[in-house]
Amino acid sequence: MNADKTKPGYIGQSMPRANAKRLLQGRGVYTDDLRLPRLAHVVFFRSPHAHARIVKLDFTHARAMPGVIAVVDGKAVEQYCKPWVAVLAHLKGIKSAPQHAIAIDRACWQGEAVAAVVAESRAQAEDAAELIEADWEELPAVVDMAESLAGKYVIHPDLGDNVCFTRALDTGEVDAAFARADVVVEETYEFGRHTGVTLEGRALLADYNAADNALTVYHSTQAPHMMQDIFSRHLDLPEGNVRVIAKDVGGSYGIKVHVYPDEMATAALSVMLKRPVKFIADRLESFLTDIHAREHKAKVRLACTKAGDILAFELDDMTSIGPYSVYPRTSGIEGNQVVNLTGGPYKHQHYRANLNVVFTNKNVTCQYRAVGHPIAVSITECIVDLAAEKLGIDPADFRRLNLIADDAYPYTSAAGMKFEKLSHHQALDKLLALMDYKKLRREQAALRKKSVYRGIGLAAMIEVTNPSPAFYGVGGARISAQDGATLRLEPTGMVTCMVSVTEQGQGTEGIFAQIAADAVGVSIDKVRVMTGDTGTTPYGGGTWASRGAGIGGEAVLQSGKVLRAHILEVAAAILQQSGEMLDVRSDAIVDVRTGEVKLPLAELGRIAYFRPDTLPLDFQAELMVTRHYTPRGYGFAFTNGIQASLVEVDVDTGFIKLLKHWCVEDCGTIINPQLVDEQIRGGIVQGIGGALLEHCIYSPEGQLINGNMAEYLVPMASEMPDMAIAHVVTPTKTSELGAKGAGEAGTAGAPGAVMNAINDALRPFKARVTAQPVTPERILRALGRV
Amino acid sequence: MSAHMDRSIETTLSVNGTPTTRRIEPRQHLIDFLREDLGLTGSHTGCEHGVCGACTVRVDGKIVRGCLTLAVQMAGKRVDTIEGLSDSGEIAELQRAFHERNALQCGFCTPGMLMAAQDLILRHPHATRDEIRDHISGNYCRCTGYQAIVDAIETVLKAKAVATDKRR
Repeated sequence: MNADKTKPGYIGQSMPRANAKRLLQGRGVYTDDLRLPRLAHVVFFRSPHAHARIVKLDFTHARAMPGVIAVVDGKAVEQYCKPWVAVLAHLKGIKSAPQHAIAIDRACWQGEAVAAVVAESRAQAEDAAELIEADWEELPAVVDMAESLAGKYVIHPDLGDNVCFTRALDTGEVDAAFARADVVVEETYEFGRHTGVTLEGRALLADYNAADNALTVYHSTQAPHMMQDIFSRHLDLPEGNVRVIAKDVGGSYGIKVHVYPDEMATAALSVMLKRPVKFIADRLESFLTDIHAREHKAKVRLACTKAGDILAFELDDMTSIGPYSVYPRTSGIEGNQVVNLTGGPYKHQHYRANLNVVFTNKNVTCQYRAVGHPIAVSITECIVDLAAEKLGIDPADFRRLNLIADDAYPYTSAAGMKFEKLSHHQALDKLLALMDYKKLRREQAALRKKSVYRGIGLAAMIEVTNPSPAFYGVGGARISAQDGATLRLEPTGMVTCMVSVTEQGQGTEGIFAQIAADAVGVSIDKVRVMTGDTGTTPYGGGTWASRGAGIGGEAVLQSGKVLRAHILEVAAAILQQSGEMLDVRSDAIVDVRTGEVKLPLAELGRIAYFRPDTLPLDFQAELMVTRHYTPRGYGFAFTNGIQASLVEVDVDTGFIKLLKHWCVEDCGTIINPQLVDEQIRGGIVQGIGGALLEHCIYSPEGQLINGNMAEYLVPMASEMPDMAIAHVVTPTKTSELGAKGAGEAGTAGAPGAVMNAINDALRPFKARVTAQPVTPERILRALGRV
Repeated sequence: MSAHMDRSIETTLSVNGTPTTRRIEPRQHLIDFLREDLGLTGSHTGCEHGVCGACTVRVDGKIVRGCLTLAVQMAGKRVDTIEGLSDSGEIAELQRAFHERNALQCGFCTPGMLMAAQDLILRHPHATRDEIRDHISGNYCRCTGYQAIVDAIETVLKAKAVATDKRR
């Protein structure tokens, strides 16, 4: 990848990212920081009921309030924004109901917007919204997913039942495998809903210019081109007239890659009112309307021999997704991933799975960081530990017996997932050495004698990264699986790099600078990276599913290599010398053999742009290059890793102390080790949050009863452990760069490792927990102490 | 409308050392005053109910939640924000340590986190790692998992301790 093999490149080095400096001075520009002339502010009037018919909305008093520009209902907004139905052709049978930007006639979850108030200031809009008078007829609320599946009350009568999507997978011979097993273990695991809690709430500023019939949307989003397409089609504007700009984004984690009705309404209101309109979700609205995720109840069975060979897995999973499948990715993917990934690290070949995705009158759920992985890894790894316990085999040894061998690739899992090359055994060995597993086991045994209950939990994992069009495109979604990079040599020798993958803090702009500098042959301070603007970058998918480095990075690399070649053509024309004798190194044209500097790039730029008359008549310099990259060959570049957690459980209070966490991960080529490690650490803590703290709790009436940061607990610094990270490096051969994704690995594996550690600590009491979040109360219940 | 009288109060305060006089509505929070009226958008609104710490600013030398403080309460007081601490160079060392350690990702919590970190450095220069974790436990960061932040603050504290020892 580094064309100059004689000197170490930037790829592979830890270095601070340039774009962090403005954030450190409070000089970032997040969407709420923008001000435009005639800017209006919208707030939404939301349903207080989980399910209710709107009998009457009276806007009389609200409209009379100072500063109010408009108060509108769903029918008024529908004139400007077409409804949507979120289905994908490759999720066979998936169904949903039409969803409007603002609900018409009926609200289907507490928090669904039923009216909008636009005013000159946000405070004025909020004051006016309080004066909207609404009459409601409450309808039966379907809150429990088993009740939803039973279908006594159907939320969308036109759909016939409450089932959004089902999937059945059967490799065959599963019953036979269970029949010949020496040991069968079975457990039902439950997972509470949680949500992303991006510190910056959802935000957009839509600016419609009536003269141009053009809409510019400043949007805190992960996927500007996807949103450009959606604004264009649903607001009926020519795609070329819609520009989506993502300035600094204050956290996303999958929350900001979906179509939200209130955001669509904001864009529609800008068109309606012919002026800029801004919507900033406050924290209470965020809890009610940012996608939730991971409400699952999964029964899993595992069959194995006395010797410890896993023969088969069986899974029955159910998940509740709210009243609508979320547009355009659908809410069928998370459950689908649980089916695809359960049992994934292991070499058994028999697997049966059944999935039910059901509607409920709670907030919608959709893809959130590590989509489905935390569920699949938790249920797999917890049942594996249970089997190991029953067999009396050490959990690490049991995994070693069953993990797919490192020389078995290419390999197809029982679920049909195709793995190019994984490194489970190398990763396991590295983890056990990193944590000094044997010493920890000895300490654990010694402490137990003193009534100190520590637990060690392991969780092996596989992870979906670098998705090909198989993820969404084949299902008909207009979501790009390819990305592009445009590199331009400036007259001064600077390189401007415009990429369709976006930045939300994970450091994509930083690694693109590293790759571009290596590929072109310039120093990194000569590279400027621009992302997040459909008006200036190539077309692409943006940031999701751990694709930034692997897909965007490869596009930068290929673009940079061609730019380097073009620079050498110019150099050859200037120097009247064969280009093969020249190279670009450290911002200069050099003799390829001796390294002697022939021409600084700034001088080459000056001649190419300002004195091309001095070059041969038939020569035209092309110093701007665009290249795209689509992952091919495999549906996904699967990665693997393994995590370990060390906890101490106070069996009198049920309190858990996280003492340490380890992760060994294989994301292929590492472009910036520090950025990868910090992605993993952040992901681990996000996973720990879901495992121990975070829970969107609904009342039987469908009211979210802890939708604020005082009652919905998130991980804070004092409770979190230090984390040791290490790597195995198995580059993917599907690209030259060899990078796979790393952004979701931490979140994928941490919940399973922590839950196994807790259950390991509780083992002397023959107690175990099976529901996340694992709260002190659940531990005390498992111990029979409450 | 006459029913909505102007109840705003003329208030004089110092913001990053600059005397500032504005008419302020009694209900307006300090964070909204800084962001909306003064354009100091470096401090952020995260939860608006005092939990997340994104709005942390310094008032007369003590850190406060900008979302729980009314702007009119600032009459006669000195308010320091991330912009002021950046321009004065007061937190340059912390900012460098955060940058080198990648102790920020999306950056939305960072101004508030730096305010809390600087408060610790001024008040508790010998803080242990656990004490650092405790001190920043009123500041929510979803991106980093906190370890890099703790490392960065620890680096600055240690460097200051060494510098102090040398002076002795």
